[in-house]
Amino acid sequence: MTDSVAGISGMIIEKLLANPKVPRDINGNSKIVEDLAFDSLAVMNFVMEIEDELDVSVPLDKLADIRTINDLAACLHTLKASQA
Amino acid sequence: MIDIFAKHAALRAAYEGLTAASPRNPFEVVIERPLSATVGLIEGRETLLFGTNNYLGLSQSSRAADAAIETARTMGVGTTGSRIANGTFGLHQRLEQRLASFFGRKHCMVFSTGYQANLGTISALVNKDDVLLLDADSHASIYDGAKLSGAQVIRFRHNDPVDLEKRLARLKDHPGAKLIIAEGIYSMTGNVAPLDKFVDIKTRYGAYLMADEAHSFGVLGEHGRGVAEMQGCEDGIDFIVGTFSKSLGTVGGYCITDHDGVDLMRLCSRPYMFTASLPPEIIAATLAALDDMEARPELRVKLQENAARLHAGLKAAGLQTGEHVSPVVAVTLENIPQAVGFWNALLENGVYVNLSLPPATPDNRPLLRCSVMAAHSAEEIDKAAAVFKAVAEHFQA
Repeated sequence: MTDSVAGISGMIIEKLLANPKVPRDINGNSKIVEDLAFDSLAVMNFVMEIEDELDVSVPLDKLADIRTINDLAACLHTLKASQA
Repeated sequence: MIDIFAKHAALRAAYEGLTAASPRNPFEVVIERPLSATVGLIEGRETLLFGTNNYLGLSQSSRAADAAIETARTMGVGTTGSRIANGTFGLHQRLEQRLASFFGRKHCMVFSTGYQANLGTISALVNKDDVLLLDADSHASIYDGAKLSGAQVIRFRHNDPVDLEKRLARLKDHPGAKLIIAEGIYSMTGNVAPLDKFVDIKTRYGAYLMADEAHSFGVLGEHGRGVAEMQGCEDGIDFIVGTFSKSLGTVGGYCITDHDGVDLMRLCSRPYMFTASLPPEIIAATLAALDDMEARPELRVKLQENAARLHAGLKAAGLQTGEHVSPVVAVTLENIPQAVGFWNALLENGVYVNLSLPPATPDNRPLLRCSVMAAHSAEEIDKAAAVFKAVAEHFQA
């Protein structure tokens, strides 16, 4: 499930929906800060949860370019692939 | 023309929402003047100070004040220059030698503030080819230093050696240097870091370890050298960073190490090089405060007693505090309006504490952050705890 960008994106959405404050209608194109109302700290803390799931570490500078859930999924997929 | 402040619209809305709901602006509290280490005049009222980080009460040290006055008279009030130009007086070198000797280390670099000590040390130690592993709850100065360095930054879970090790293991093939950074006592919560466990990990993974003992210097350890001394792991700390603006009651920061490469930091650490050095009277006051601190170990004993007393008092009042008993005692509240109301009521009843709001706090929850002093009397602590209790009951009613 986490071998592809789409698979990772699905896993991120599932994790996000476990938080009742997150809007129910999110998808891969949802913007993390604008649509989910996450501040910078919330983004960093959420990414930590995903890191554990995939056994990767995301350097903070990579987060600067991430806008949507799919962006995050693509970043994680690249990091995961470079570790293999 | 584009409004250059438009980017701060969300900040403005949050700020205006907060100040509209508060009878006074929490970010513009004025201590008209301190009457002693523990009491200040705020809004014309004598107010108990429980939010000053003045752990040993040495901002009011007469020995330090005398040294500052004498030095200002004989040397003037400023250096008007950088440490690498005309800003190094004999006093700066004396303080560096004195601090290195206090810590039993070879080298010390003094910076103009504690913030700059972190910025200047981190940015000189690592660059884009290296990796920084930061405790997730690190102070802003550590994050800013990390940004200035250009190194890859990886956060590990707060005070979690297992999480740190997991992240270091992922980096096993990374060719760059790895620098782990943790604080001794965390400024917002009072949590104490497991530095001894981090030393074990950094040794096994060939990483460096920097400890920011800003809030633990003068506070913990038999001689006041901080958490590393208390946990018996000083030899494993590569770089100790700290400040004079807490226990020593003045201003400035330092980096202590046995690594000889630190000499080159003086030639590449921009926050060290491109700012005016500390004024001589501040250096003199700091040296005198350090003498005071060493000569009066009973201050640390009293501080621990006082920390335990306030911690117990707030717990007995039914408030949610951290588990670590340290001179930083934080009461966690559920939401910002409640925290703002609570903080105002404390001040109106003669107790000043720090109102700390997300995102500067962990877990997105507001804190009423208290810092205890050796100079507080038992009566002052009991009074503060009683005011906290009364305000809490009022809000529950």
